[in-house]
Order: sequence, then C-alpha cells, then structure tokens
Amino acid sequence: MSDFIQANLPYLLAGISVGGQYALIAIGYTMVYGILRLINFAHGDVFMAAGLIMVFAAASLPMYISIPLVIIVTVLLGFVIERVAYKPLRSAPRMSVMISAIGVSYLIQNCALYFTGGLPRVFPSIPWLTDTVTIFGAITKRVTVITPIITLILVVALVLFIKKTKVGMAMRAVSRDFQTSQLMGIKIDNVISMTFIIGCFLAAIGALLYFSNYQSVIPTSGSMPGLKAFVAAVFGGIGSIPGAVIGAFLIGIVENIIKGVGWTTFSDAFTFVLLIVILMVKPTGIFGEKKTDKV
Amino acid sequence: MSNILEIKDLHVSYGGIKAVKGITFDVEEGSIITLIGSNGAGKSTTLNTIAGLIKPESGSIFFEGNEITGKDPNFIVSSGITLVPEGRKIFPDMTVLENLKIGAYLRKDDLSDDIEWVYSLFPRLKERSWQLGGTLSGGEQQMLAVGRALMSKPKLIMMDEPSLGLAPIVVRDIFSIIREINKQGTTILLIEQNANMALKTANHAYVLETGRIILQGSGEELLGNESVRAAYLGS
Repeated sequence: MSDFIQANLPYLLAGISVGGQYALIAIGYTMVYGILRLINFAHGDVFMAAGLIMVFAAASLPMYISIPLVIIVTVLLGFVIERVAYKPLRSAPRMSVMISAIGVSYLIQNCALYFTGGLPRVFPSIPWLTDTVTIFGAITKRVTVITPIITLILVVALVLFIKKTKVGMAMRAVSRDFQTSQLMGIKIDNVISMTFIIGCFLAAIGALLYFSNYQSVIPTSGSMPGLKAFVAAVFGGIGSIPGAVIGAFLIGIVENIIKGVGWTTFSDAFTFVLLIVILMVKPTGIFGEKKTDKV
Repeated sequence: MSNILEIKDLHVSYGGIKAVKGITFDVEEGSIITLIGSNGAGKSTTLNTIAGLIKPESGSIFFEGNEITGKDPNFIVSSGITLVPEGRKIFPDMTVLENLKIGAYLRKDDLSDDIEWVYSLFPRLKERSWQLGGTLSGGEQQMLAVGRALMSKPKLIMMDEPSLGLAPIVVRDIFSIIREINKQGTTILLIEQNANMALKTANHAYVLETGRIILQGSGEELLGNESVRAAYLGS
C-alpha cells in the first residue's frame, strides 16, 4: 500500500492541484446557475482570457502589477459580459440566455484567436510559484502544493461571505426568489453582477495557477478545464458550492491516478463517463436541490 | 388627517390583460383601508404596481405627496412602503431571524430593538428563531412575512390576502395583529377575498370588480350593503 502511494504520489499531488484549479472554475458555474438558472458557457473562455491577459500583461509589466491587473481585467470582463449579453435577456426564456452564452463563448475564443494569431503563447513563469520543491520524495512545482491551500482558503472565505454578510444573504435570497427579494429592497441586478464578479475573480486566480502549471495558452485552452469544472458542478449538485468543490477535487484526483496507472488516453473519458452516470443515476448531484425545475 | 397614499386613474396591463382599468382611491394616514373583490378583479395587480414590481400604463401614484409612479421596488421600500406578498413568500432556507434581518435590508442602523419588538408581537417566532422558515406552519409563515415587512419600519404596509389558506382561528390571530400594528402607528392597505373579516377590520373599503372600483364606503356600510352581502359574503 505504502509503495503504491509512494509511486503514485506525484500523480496524487497533481490531482489535488488540478482539482483545486477546477474547483475555482466550477464555483463560477455553480453560483451563476444558482442565481440565474443559467449555464454560463462563456465561463471557461473567461478563464482562458485571464491566462492570455497575463501573457500580454507580463510581457511589458512587472509581476506585482501584472497579477492584480489580470484579476481586475478578468472581473471587469465578467461584469461586462453579464451586463451586455445576459441582462437585456432577463425576462426572455432561459434558452435565449443560454444561446447568448454560447455566442459569448465563441466571441471570446475568436478574439483570442485574433490577438494570438492562433499560436500558443508561453505563459510567463511567476517566480516562487514555479520553483521546484520536494515533498515526501516527490519533485514538483510549488504551485502544485499551493493550489489546494489557496483553493480551500478562498472557498472557506466565500462560504463565510455568503453565510454571514448582508450581501451574501441577499445572494441567497435572490437565488431563491427574484420578486420577493425586490420587495425587500434588494437590487437584483447588483446581486447578479456581484455573482459574476466573484465567479470571475476565482476563475482568474484559477487561471494563474493552472497556466503556471501548463505553461501555454491557446484560444481553446478554456474549453477542457471549463467542461471538467462544469461536470464537477453537476456532480456536486449544480447550485451548491461545497458540491462543486468536492466534485472538482474528485475529478482532478481520479483523472491523475488514471494517468498514473498508465491509462492516460482514458483520463478525459473518465470525466465524461462520470457525467453520464451522474445524469442517469442522480441528476441533481450529491448536494443538489430536491426540486426538479432544471433545464 | 391627510392622505398618505393617493392613486389617480391607474391603468395597468399584466400578462397581456388589462387588469386595472382606471382606479382612483386614497389611503388616509393611520387608517386600515381594504380593497375587496373576487379573483381577477385586479387587487394584486394594484398592490404590485404600487410596490413597483409592475409598471403602470398610465395614471399616477403619490406617496406622502411625492409621485412614485413607476419607480423601482428598491425606491418604494426606502420611501416607506412594504408589501407582504400573496402566499407569504418567506425565504424557506433561511432561519426565522435571517428572514427578519433581510426585511431590514435597506436599513443601516441597529436592528436588535425592532427584532425584539417583532418577537413581542409574535412570541411564536421567538421560540422558532433558529428554525428554517420552510419548517414553519402556514400561520407562522404569515406571521413571519408580516414581521419581516415590519422590519423595514414602513409607514404603509400593504398585505395581499394574509388569510389565504389559513384556519379560521389563525385568521383571527392575524387580523388582531393587523389591528395592533395599526394602533402602533402604521397605515395598512389590505386586500382580501375574506370580505367579512376585512370589512370588520377596515376603516374604509373599496370594492373592485374587473379592474374598476364599483363601490366604496366605511367597513360597516359595506357590510350592510345588499349587493356586497350577496356577492362577497354569501348571504
């Protein structure tokens, strides 16, 4: 047993790490769904855009400016997407908003294609994060170890924010009932913007960590992590933050263990088989609402 | 006493139907006013329009002399009008205490005195302070909905069918609380299908039929009116 763990430790570490990165993306999916009942297909592309913004920012600015800049610009991007592409459709059928989200997804990818010329861009190495460290005899980048820690801190902070603060209470109210929330004096649009801001903030952090590990950004870099984070959110019960986080870690770890035992080709397949199984066996996910008014 | 709320020739369409076809009425400060009428008479649409949830087609709404026609619900709540919606609509996954706190969402001052005040009006809610709203009985949920509305310290509370689906004894409790709140200085605009209870409680009443006011008078006058008795009191 201990031999097995020793042999697979690098994969396990990588799995926990990538799981944390998926978790940071998955929260954005699950929160937006919780409030708008919308699967925000553009979220994975916002994640990719954050990586690309970092590539361009770090080319001419020092790290201590680039990193905050990436976070701010990504948050602004999320805010603008919501105001321009989703808010005007507030009273439209849900399908229209979803199609708008798919449109935004392609728009971002094509903008990225234009700015990169279709060439993979090398993600700048963030000093300290990309240093190598040795853990129990396994050699890895520091980002691998840092990611789950950052993820857990952010998740705990987010859960406390939603549970304890007034804005968090408003978010819970709006996710339950728009009209009654308005009667309390809550401005719905502000709460929805807040949700996108939080989601994109976490996606930006996720992107910085993820691309520090994978080192190159292409216009479709957001698709696969986005899809996996989405599966994680569905697995955990879309709308549930702890569910999405658990789902993301599970997918990250299993995927890497599969790589570890030599079936690398099937590691992505696992995620999608998991999606199919979940949808057949328990469509509401592990922590999903009991109600069945989903799309 | 002056009028706290004045509605002038209000027209509202809702869901493609002309639900309110030019109604005019006043709510005197410190009174209990009721609108009665059957389903589809336009009662809820009227309240939702005053609350800012629906924009009217034409007409005007004045609150304390200022025009509030077509303003956002956020503005309406902050000017001092709260609506207790039909079906109570408490937040089922929040505790009783959180439901009260969210009622005071726009307030920035200390809430503890007012929470105690609401608990003194509804001792049952105090016992259930940490319970989730969804676990309360229908009557308790209605009390919570009224308590939540009080938390914004409104000058005018509008109530949409507070007796709906409640046992007669609970309805009596709710109405005695309504009178108590009124005594403590809040003006009340009540709509009801339970015309008997509403007319006994109200200082002044209006009868709505298919979007128009067809009759008005004091609660007692309407209780004695032949056509009201026939149409709404079943005798």
